[in-house]
Amino acid sequence: MVSYLINGISLGAVYAIIALGYTMVYGIAKMLNFAHGDVIMVGGYMAYCSTSYMGFGPLTSVLFSMLVCTILGIVVEKLAYKPLRGASSLAVLITAIGVSYFLQNAALLIWSSNPKAFPNLFDLPQVQVGDSVVTSVALVTIASCIVIMLALTFFTEKTKMGKAMRAVSEDRGAAALMGINVNSTISVTFAIGSGLAAVAGVLLCSAYPTLMPTTGAMPGIKAFTAAVFGGIGSIPGAMLGGILLGVIEIFAKAYVSTQLSDAIVFAVLIVVLIVKPTGLLGRKLTEKV
Amino acid sequence: MSKVLKVEDLHVYYGSIHAIKGVSFEVNEGEIVTLIGANGAGKSTTLNTVAGLLKPAKGSIEFKGESITGIEAHKLVKKGMSLCPEGRRIFQELTVKENLEMGAYSRPTAEIAASLDMVYEQFPRLKERYKQIAGTLSGGEQQMLAMGRSLMSKPDLMMLDEPSMGLAPILVEQIFEIISTLNKNGTTILLVEQNAQMALSIASRAYVLETGRIVTSGTGEKLLKDDSVRKAYLGG
Ligand SMILES: Nc1ncnc2c1ncn2[C@@H]1O[C@H](COP(=O)(O)OP(=O)(O)O)[C@@H](O)[C@H]1O
Ligand SMILES: [Mg+2]
Repeated sequence: MVSYLINGISLGAVYAIIALGYTMVYGIAKMLNFAHGDVIMVGGYMAYCSTSYMGFGPLTSVLFSMLVCTILGIVVEKLAYKPLRGASSLAVLITAIGVSYFLQNAALLIWSSNPKAFPNLFDLPQVQVGDSVVTSVALVTIASCIVIMLALTFFTEKTKMGKAMRAVSEDRGAAALMGINVNSTISVTFAIGSGLAAVAGVLLCSAYPTLMPTTGAMPGIKAFTAAVFGGIGSIPGAMLGGILLGVIEIFAKAYVSTQLSDAIVFAVLIVVLIVKPTGLLGRKLTEKV
Repeated sequence: MSKVLKVEDLHVYYGSIHAIKGVSFEVNEGEIVTLIGANGAGKSTTLNTVAGLLKPAKGSIEFKGESITGIEAHKLVKKGMSLCPEGRRIFQELTVKENLEMGAYSRPTAEIAASLDMVYEQFPRLKERYKQIAGTLSGGEQQMLAMGRSLMSKPDLMMLDEPSMGLAPILVEQIFEIISTLNKNGTTILLVEQNAQMALSIASRAYVLETGRIVTSGTGEKLLKDDSVRKAYLGG
């Protein structure tokens, strides 16, 4: 029971980290970046390659993976999304789906479809919690999630760039009139989201160590669900949504059925959205007078 | 008197709608210049284009002797231009103080405290409520916040788009008083108003805009007495 709970929270923590990327990009760039899940996969491969072929240690490989994904996020935004600023949201959505396929197929070309066995980066002993045993990966994941949450909250609440992001998210035109460079703010958002996706990729592959070009797709969709569940655009919402989703999924797997677990997760989402269309912590959009 | 702003033969389109059809005007240092005109005449479009939010199809804009045609809005703030937009557009979810800080975004952090004090002195109400979420302020307070936020960039030219919109008469008077005071303290002002009576009474000079063209211009005094202006904008 306790170990289910901790495993659920830890899976949820990964969803939460991914969901943060979705929610920040949605909040600031006003778009659903469906390619976000595939950045996780790229993050996984980067950590895999840097440890297996380049001899990086665990920490440097995580940093390397974050660096590559951050750059990837910025480049994708510049090349694919920025030219569509002001275009219909449908055009942007279709482009994002295109980017997603592009990344998956690029990975297929480079690494083939054979699953890679992800190395054990956190070679730590298991931990006894009460009378259950918990893997150290689960604890590292939960700890990372807490640190990220605190850091992001501090960033958006207290720093100049963070406040500018909130301003851009509310009103781009007014933000530009303040002297805020809206484009670079959006770039920073993509950079942060993609860096976090790399962390999520490493954590996810550490917990479920098979790596394929499609590895990011399902967690990406679940994390998107988590972001909507918690209230898209809200940072604490993404956190709460992710963790609840992970816990529900693990308990559904343990007590109901492995096959049905995803159906149960989405059923809960639907119920929540019927009762509260803005998600758990989503605010009602304030109408402008 | 040096020219702060010089707009020449400005044309602006929204898709195929030709909203501004060759507008020219200028603002000299120390003046209050007002653009008046009916709803839809193109006043906001003109200000938004000058501020860099819209790109003109044709024409030139000079600010303090430098061509700024086509330069993006966020770069113009640093050059000393500020637009307090129509409908206030304060950041509803940020606090009063954070809104003001955003106004000073392009300035060195070290100078912000002094400007905050100056704005709080001008608008004591904002000081009392600095921690409050801006969306919960009353309409008049929000207008003051929008103006204070604009002032935080220490503009050489402050443009105001219908600052009196939707406010009770007593607040309207207060807003116009503040604009006069700002001007006396050295800020050059370009004011857009539907409240032509009030605008003309504080303006050094005025331009009348009709469907994208300037039809009349002159001193505020002269236009207040002009028959066609009285009929069209001052209720007879
Ligand atoms: N975003 C827009 N898209 C299309 N047409 C617009 C837009 N904004 C304004 N217009 C049109 O441009 C003209 C001038 O509008 P505007 O500058 O807002 O006038 P004013 O501020 O004088 O009321 C109007 O005919 C208006 O309908
Ligand atoms: Mg207008």
